[in-house]
Amino acid sequence: MSRHFTRRGVLKSGAVAGAGLALPTYLRAQESGFTNAPTGDTVILGFNVPQTGAYADEGADELRAFQLAVEHLNGEGDGGMLQTFSEQNLDGTGILGKRVDYVTGDTQTKSDVARASAQSMIQKDGAIMISGGSSSGPAIAVQALCQEAGVIFMAGLTHSNDTTGKDKKANGFRHFFNAYMSGAALPPILAEQYGTDRRAYHLTADYTWGWTQEESIKAATEALGWETANTVLTPVGAGDFSSYITPVLQSGADVLILNHYGGDMVNSLTQAVQFGLRDRQVNGKNFEIVVPLYSELMAAGAGEAIKGIYGSMNWNWQLQDAGTQAFTRSFGEKYGFPPSNAAHTCYVQTLLYADAVTRAGSFNPCAVVEALEGRTGGSGSLEGIDSASNEGFLFDGMGNGPTLYRAADHQCFKDVLVVRGAENPTTPYDNLEIVEVTPVEQVWYEPDHPQFAGGDLGECNPGA
Amino acid sequence: MLGLGKKDFTLFLAVAAITLLAPFILNPFPTGSGLAQFNAGYPDLMQRFVIYGIFAIGFNILFGLTGYLSFGHAAFLGLGSYSAVWMFKLLSMNVIPALILSVIVAGLFALVIGYISLRRSGIYFSILTLAFAQMAYALAYSVLTPLTNGETGLQLTLDDPRVLDGGGRPTSLPVTELFGMEMRDTASLGLGAWDFTFGVGFYFCAVVMLISFYLAIRIFRSPFGMMLRAVKSNQQRMNYTGLNTRPYTLAAFVISGMYAGLAGGLLACMDPLAGAERMQWTASGEVVLMTILGGAGTLIGPILGAGMIKYFENIFSKINDAVLHQWFAALPDGLEDFLVTIIHPFIGKGWHLTLGLMFMAVVIFLPGGLVEGGQRVGRLFRRRDRKAGGAEAQAAEQRRTPAE
Repeated sequence: MSRHFTRRGVLKSGAVAGAGLALPTYLRAQESGFTNAPTGDTVILGFNVPQTGAYADEGADELRAFQLAVEHLNGEGDGGMLQTFSEQNLDGTGILGKRVDYVTGDTQTKSDVARASAQSMIQKDGAIMISGGSSSGPAIAVQALCQEAGVIFMAGLTHSNDTTGKDKKANGFRHFFNAYMSGAALPPILAEQYGTDRRAYHLTADYTWGWTQEESIKAATEALGWETANTVLTPVGAGDFSSYITPVLQSGADVLILNHYGGDMVNSLTQAVQFGLRDRQVNGKNFEIVVPLYSELMAAGAGEAIKGIYGSMNWNWQLQDAGTQAFTRSFGEKYGFPPSNAAHTCYVQTLLYADAVTRAGSFNPCAVVEALEGRTGGSGSLEGIDSASNEGFLFDGMGNGPTLYRAADHQCFKDVLVVRGAENPTTPYDNLEIVEVTPVEQVWYEPDHPQFAGGDLGECNPGA
Repeated sequence: MLGLGKKDFTLFLAVAAITLLAPFILNPFPTGSGLAQFNAGYPDLMQRFVIYGIFAIGFNILFGLTGYLSFGHAAFLGLGSYSAVWMFKLLSMNVIPALILSVIVAGLFALVIGYISLRRSGIYFSILTLAFAQMAYALAYSVLTPLTNGETGLQLTLDDPRVLDGGGRPTSLPVTELFGMEMRDTASLGLGAWDFTFGVGFYFCAVVMLISFYLAIRIFRSPFGMMLRAVKSNQQRMNYTGLNTRPYTLAAFVISGMYAGLAGGLLACMDPLAGAERMQWTASGEVVLMTILGGAGTLIGPILGAGMIKYFENIFSKINDAVLHQWFAALPDGLEDFLVTIIHPFIGKGWHLTLGLMFMAVVIFLPGGLVEGGQRVGRLFRRRDRKAGGAEAQAAEQRRTPAE
């Protein structure tokens, strides 16, 4: 290898490089006015879910739902909820005549990695919408990224108040319910079952979601007349909760509330039951355990321990409406078991996005935001709620009854399920039974509620 | 030139050329072709290559030269990110103050942690640094939430003061910039079927990396670097000769902490969010892997290793079954499904497995890392030096003789 730089060589390569750089350069986004405008006959969606780590099970189920939604949008399979959706704009020919293609990524349940993965979907694969997330941290981080990059974010499973509270963004939308709604739906049932004279002890996962949930549940139960004996923060992923459960026995509390999720909840609940908490009598009452946020996958993990334990859910496959049945049927036929509520929210979000693009007649994120806010048709408000903020995009037939995408904060409002661990499940999949469908009026809140205050949607961002 | 020896200067030029031409080199496949999956030439990933390159260069100054294996370097990366984001929130969206504060904060923490940890060596040193990093992680994740915003990560908001940028509440989040040049600005160049993207952010990171690389070369070749190498080969002997090695190791620790802080600050400059995961022990382990994979103690090894690991994390994790089916669509159905089933565990969520196998292969067959691999390949093709050839010929001659 020659190490000499001849004058001729330098001039030559300099000229070539200069010519290359002088070729017309252009900003890709300027052609269409928004980031990643689909040019060919396909449109690319990015599904960013945890495939490794603590929430990998939820992520895998979300991915199944996304794949099913794409099939249905492209006119394959039996169409699922396309037939039951109140908006009949989707006809199985993709979105706006473009075939739906998708890319997937692994968030590892870490905000950083989730952002890197979403960034590569946007910059490299040209994704026009990002969906997914199985935990609030990554969801909020990716939502902020999508806002900056100018693409739409359709949140998957994220239950923290902050996603549509203090961290809400104009380009981000959440269909899943939140901690406040759990706190509003669950306590009346608890009061009915366990009485209004109770002392509660909270064990709370020590991060944003855990705190917002503890705050919501505590406020709601105290309003019923319950006392709060103590609230204790536990590190995330602790594995062994025995040292946290022993003090519960001495505290004089007669209800234990576990603000845990995923593997933490499986461990803490199982250990609490093994310590014999549920066989105890305190203050002349049976000791009870409550898990405010339930999921099928967690219930399966906890096994016997969940029998008779109350919690709340966004959706359950055992509901009897046409949308739920259609979705459960096509999911079951494809994968051989019923979908979880994480899968449901991801499936619905994908269809809602496709529908919004169709109604808007454009992939431009700002047009999509308008459509999802109900400003280009489909606008409405929920019955029985007298509020100025009760307006947005109203739809039905997606398994939750009439649902409002509220324009003010991009949060969906719909009925919330209160469920209980089944005493005698007949199959591995009906381990939860629906106790009550809490009507949406009861879980309604104003956008400026103290638990949600401090955020600002800002303006929609279409990218460059 | 530039105070470098001829060989080092050539190496520096080569690294500079590769870095600056990365948008071309990393996009070898035409956009839209099946192989475009393997292209890595998009700004976000290229930025990560060079930023983690800086992180690994800094780590190598400590580990490669002194042999002290720090298992908590990610703490400095995270500190750098948090400082930078706080600068963006309080002062200005310009990246310069942010980077300065990141380096200073990381340096100060490195001084404290190093002062304590360096009282021990070997595995005890590693454990001490690991403990400090996990402590930092736990603090950032929950205890210090007002400062770090916990699990969600520290982000910009519309209401941040940003004193230097002049009042007025923006309607959308401001972007990081360098005297008016927005970091996320890109320009594309279409050449036939190819599409190349040039990002301002990437070139800024690339320049910072080249400066860091240059400094690293100077450190490697300086008397100070020689002293560090002496520490690695036999610290006891150094102590017996009456030399106090601790100031040297502490200096190396602080320098490498500052490199990590710079990398963390740059990460935040490219994407103004700082998450606690950046400090987790897995992140500390990652930089150890990068350095060993590339070749510990070599100049360019850590950069190669960083690129390798980030490539796997971002490219392999995104290959899914649908992509595989596309690739093998031409084959008969049975064979297609069979191949997909075989490859399935190694892609998508299985990228860790692929990386692990590769790491094993490198450690077993190329103990010197990728650099050693490169040297071996180079030796195969290089025209033999006349003298060496002569020696080899003689050796071969000697070997042949007794057999007769």
